[in-house]
Amino acid sequence: MKSFGGKVLFLDRSDINTDEIIPARYLTEISKEALKPHMLEDLKLGGFDPKDPKNQEAGVIVTRANFGCGSSREHAPWVFEINDINVVIASSFARIFRQNMFNCGMLAIELSEADIDKLFGFRHAAARIDVDFENNSLTISSGNESSTFHYQIAEFDKALIKAGGWVEFADARY
Amino acid sequence: MAMTLAEKIFKSRLRDEPFPGTKVLDIDVVMCHEITTPIAINDLVARGKDRVFNPDKIKVVIDHVTPAKDSKTAQQGKILRDWARRHNITDFFDIGRNGVCHVIFPEKGFIRPGYTVIMGDSHTCTHGAFGAFAAGVGTTDLEVGILKGVCAFREPKTIRINITGTMPEGVYAKDVILRVIRELTVKGATDCVMEFHGSVVKGMSMESRMTLCNMAIEAGGTSGVCMPDEVTADYLWPFIATEYKDRKAALEDFKRWWSDEGCEYVKVIDIDVSHMEPQVTYGYKPDEVKNISEMEGTPVDQVYIGSCTNGRLEDLRVAAQYLKGRQIAPTVRGIVSPATPKIFREADQEGLIKIFMDAGFCVTNPTCGACLGMSNGVLAPGEVCASTTNRNFNGRMGKGGMVHLLSPAVAAATAIEGKIADPRKFRKEGI
Repeated sequence: MKSFGGKVLFLDRSDINTDEIIPARYLTEISKEALKPHMLEDLKLGGFDPKDPKNQEAGVIVTRANFGCGSSREHAPWVFEINDINVVIASSFARIFRQNMFNCGMLAIELSEADIDKLFGFRHAAARIDVDFENNSLTISSGNESSTFHYQIAEFDKALIKAGGWVEFADARY
Repeated sequence: MAMTLAEKIFKSRLRDEPFPGTKVLDIDVVMCHEITTPIAINDLVARGKDRVFNPDKIKVVIDHVTPAKDSKTAQQGKILRDWARRHNITDFFDIGRNGVCHVIFPEKGFIRPGYTVIMGDSHTCTHGAFGAFAAGVGTTDLEVGILKGVCAFREPKTIRINITGTMPEGVYAKDVILRVIRELTVKGATDCVMEFHGSVVKGMSMESRMTLCNMAIEAGGTSGVCMPDEVTADYLWPFIATEYKDRKAALEDFKRWWSDEGCEYVKVIDIDVSHMEPQVTYGYKPDEVKNISEMEGTPVDQVYIGSCTNGRLEDLRVAAQYLKGRQIAPTVRGIVSPATPKIFREADQEGLIKIFMDAGFCVTNPTCGACLGMSNGVLAPGEVCASTTNRNFNGRMGKGGMVHLLSPAVAAATAIEGKIADPRKFRKEGI
């Protein structure tokens, strides 16, 4: 089982859509590698610079409500995957994006708005988050400080990750 | 037990429930276009699973960038074309016969009440206008749909939206759905089906119902749906005439999908349109909507009429009524894209194409291109477009560009004035 976690990229806005995550002008690419430099290129968020090298160091995104709304493009999870981000934590997700994450073997974790606020409390520190996949929990840490949160995950979504994605799961079963 | 339309379809098409809360449905129609499908094809080939579950249930179109604009888009078309040929997929629509997916597939009669429909495209919710469950999915779900003819869903809840009153002059289906999204917000219908009811919906054509359902996703909805009725039966009749003895029999059959009296809705919204103004978006989210009186006078650089939301014949007729005998402002670029060759031909026969051209519009071939800033009308940074499309996200029609979503009537009035204008100020001409 691969590990889920890494340094945190905080995106303090709701309703971040998949056009902002990966603009349609790059949908003519047919390799994930080609998407890599364009992650979050059109994100409308004060103070955010898509070219900041620190973005490349992140392994986890923490954000607000309705993340991944808009287009169905799976290029959105792919551009995270190719940038070594395999966890997105939000107070809610758009349906298609959420399923695309699990279908790709990545984690879309929902926490309450109060818990998301607590995670944002670490935004000015060099925080990292590590997910305990088996136990449905995650720990955020910075220096000596750390905090652990439990999350709910659908059994199906957990099974997809264990099976190595939906294609293998479905081809074996149907 | 009283059930909603979506619950009835889920019950009827249920293949498996691998875990509590997850329902795997048999899919009746898997639709494909050249942006999200080639990667699915390449992945199936790489996995040694280059198969299709049933070539007759797979419908394919090249629509997003057509004609191909460069080598990359040509390659996407080629992958799709080669794949359709090697698997004997006969419902494949290439240049000359292609149109915007969510307009051409219903036009071909591929959608029926009670069907399950998926596509790697978020506006697949459009097809719920026929009383189907139609959902946009990602490439992996599409891939499994192609391979196995199934798709997994959490069973959606249903929101009932009652649209009543009398549609005022200058107000159309697009205004109604913008008004609904304004009320629900961009996440208000997440994991829900949006059911459209009420006298206004009953009186709408299939085209208008498709405009309503098309933008369900902009409120987060899984599918928009309308109850299949006489209007549905009339629209579908050329395709189902051999299956039923008459339209009445078809209608009786369709009624089994209707939501039952007493079924469970998570929310009920009532909207009386009688005093509604045309609606226009002002920001970068589709729920950022104002009455036109608050938006009038906003200068625009481009006016776009087309897309899966408003590129149908009915839309072109509405715009042409305002444009006939008038000229668009010299500061504005007007672009109209009839959404299918059939619409293009009929618009030509009715004299609409001449009206658009006389007014100073550029008429393009059917394509999705401009709506998502891929081709045929991309904006420069700082430019503003008044558009009949469905998304006003930052950069949607081109990096640094701004989009105002509005109806074909508002688009036509705006083109004439060069700034957002109320169509009710203009006398409509006979066309």
